[in-house]
Amino acid sequence: MDSEANLSQRLRKAERRGQLRAYALIAPLFIFVALSFLIPLGTVLLNSFYDPVVPSGLPRTVRALADWNGPRDQIPPEPVYAALAQDLKEAVQAEKHGSIANRLNVEESGLRTVFMRAARRVSAQEDGPWAPFFEAADPGWAQPGIWGTIRNLASPTHSLFYLSALDAKRNQDGSVGPQPEDQRIHITIYLRTLGVALTVTLMCILLGFPLAYLLAHLRDKTANLLLILVLLPFWTSLLVRTTAWMVVLQKEGVINSLLQALHLISEPLPLVFNRFGVVVAMTHILLPFMVLPMYSVMRQIPVSYVRAARSLGAGPLTAFIRVYLPQCIPGLGAGALLVFILALGYYITPALLGGSTDQMISYFVETNMSRSLNWGLASALAAILLGAVLVLYAAYDRLVGANNLKLG
Amino acid sequence: MSASSLPLYTTSLQRIAHWALVFFCVAVLLFLIAPVLVVVPLAFNNEPYFRFPIEIYSLRWFKELFTNPVWLQAILNSLLTATLATLLATTLGTLAAVGLNHHNLPGKRFLMAVLISPMIVPVVVLAVGSYLFFSRLGIANNLLGIVLVHAVLGMPFVVITVTATLGGFDMNLMRAARGLGASQLEAFRRIMLPLVWPGVLSGALFAFATSFDEVVVVLFLGGPEQTTLPRQMWTGLREQLSPTILSAAFMLILFAIAMLLTLEMLRRRSVAMRGLVE
Repeated sequence: MDSEANLSQRLRKAERRGQLRAYALIAPLFIFVALSFLIPLGTVLLNSFYDPVVPSGLPRTVRALADWNGPRDQIPPEPVYAALAQDLKEAVQAEKHGSIANRLNVEESGLRTVFMRAARRVSAQEDGPWAPFFEAADPGWAQPGIWGTIRNLASPTHSLFYLSALDAKRNQDGSVGPQPEDQRIHITIYLRTLGVALTVTLMCILLGFPLAYLLAHLRDKTANLLLILVLLPFWTSLLVRTTAWMVVLQKEGVINSLLQALHLISEPLPLVFNRFGVVVAMTHILLPFMVLPMYSVMRQIPVSYVRAARSLGAGPLTAFIRVYLPQCIPGLGAGALLVFILALGYYITPALLGGSTDQMISYFVETNMSRSLNWGLASALAAILLGAVLVLYAAYDRLVGANNLKLG
Repeated sequence: MSASSLPLYTTSLQRIAHWALVFFCVAVLLFLIAPVLVVVPLAFNNEPYFRFPIEIYSLRWFKELFTNPVWLQAILNSLLTATLATLLATTLGTLAAVGLNHHNLPGKRFLMAVLISPMIVPVVVLAVGSYLFFSRLGIANNLLGIVLVHAVLGMPFVVITVTATLGGFDMNLMRAARGLGASQLEAFRRIMLPLVWPGVLSGALFAFATSFDEVVVVLFLGGPEQTTLPRQMWTGLREQLSPTILSAAFMLILFAIAMLLTLEMLRRRSVAMRGLVE
């Protein structure tokens, strides 16, 4: 009995040692992934709600405003102005006033000027009274508006970027309302992104299902040969394929010149820099992701099932729909989900082949990052996109298993 | 499946359906291969136009591609970035795959899902995140940052191919080697590695191709000196469609064909080796 217990103990020990060794082998990669993948993604999430520019740049003002805590339609009393003057002097000294002005301007355009006018004069002024000084610098300081904006930004964490990503804003009086009409663009972008991704997924099913079906029912040798035609574009650079579609679809491109030479059209058709071009190229790029999993599932469906159904009296259509199709669902679902997930995040292809009304979320993440310099909004949009993709990926992992994500 | 292989009892309606299917699939295959078919001849067009018919064929744009210092630098940068990223991804990925092959590992499914997620996370999100994070560390706007993120993007392919190859690996071989006196490391180097290298190499190829084709991360993290080949093409496509892009595209198609052939060879090799083992 004693030696038996000893043995099982030693086995458990050896088992644990093996596990530890396995974890030790995984650890370097995991640390690497944490540093160059998980933390960067975490930074995006952090930036979408953490925004310390105003509270760290104007700490006394924020505190004085909180102490006063007056109604939003009034201007604050002198101590708040004095605190602001102190903060502003320090900010100018540290050259941080520009970023604070920009931050206020993102919330309410025009505030940059109001803020900068005061910042430019504050160093020359020794003492108060400060309220008249600010009013003289810019009459905006005698309005409750700018104070409302500062109070909205007083906390280092807030939901303003998400509000903005949902086409809403916190007004200067503290209430939440819709953005001005010309900035109410994001809901449209989400719907457009979903629409493009869905269209592309449907197109991939429509084109991919028959192809996978035929390939699965061919002799192995022929199927392998034809699979090269699926795999070659798959391995060809994304930019090459986008270039090619530009060449094929443009005004003087292959299709238009062919149709014109055949006298089928007199004017070139608008095939690119619109939704059509984007959907065609994205379908082309994502089609292999649909065909490959469907093909591998269909090849394993025994022919005998359909034959049995037929011999039991089912017509060809009934046998196909009620016996064959249900067995394809795993491959179809895996392919469709993968295509949809990948399509949601597309940037290059719509940017090159789409018009201004065909751009998807990724494009607006990019423009907010590098052109509007509204990093918080860019991060909130990126976080929303990431959230959507991760939810779908979790579903994919559940249905198919992430490690079955085979590509080629 | 030719018509003669259709069973004798097929009705004429079924025959029509069959040929409609074949016709449809030929059209889809044409759609798939069309861009390649279009780019290849146009790359040899002497004139700077992107339309048919081509009157004079020449290597003019290839000469431009390989003599223009801007394009040349871009090619070299791409090769360097992709090589470094591949080395990093393959080394770490292979080690992790060996660990993940352990028969009883709590949390394995979750680990696997995390390690594969770089494949599906939108690359713009990762590019923004790495820009925000790396600029704090001071490695934005240089090669190191790009290499790190490219290695992350290529790593899942290595993990997937190596774990797949290890799935067919007989662990008794390792036990036998150990029983005959080999150290753990020696057994790995002399028994396991020679048998799984086709998987390692195809993973490395995937990783290389991923980095070689990536442009979004380069746009965010690359300084003005990191003009890689895809970035150069991107700039060209946005500003002025220069025919040099098509010669670069032709070279990338050749690269894809070489990849495909190598992968097929590796797959056969791996199957043959596993046949030997089983």
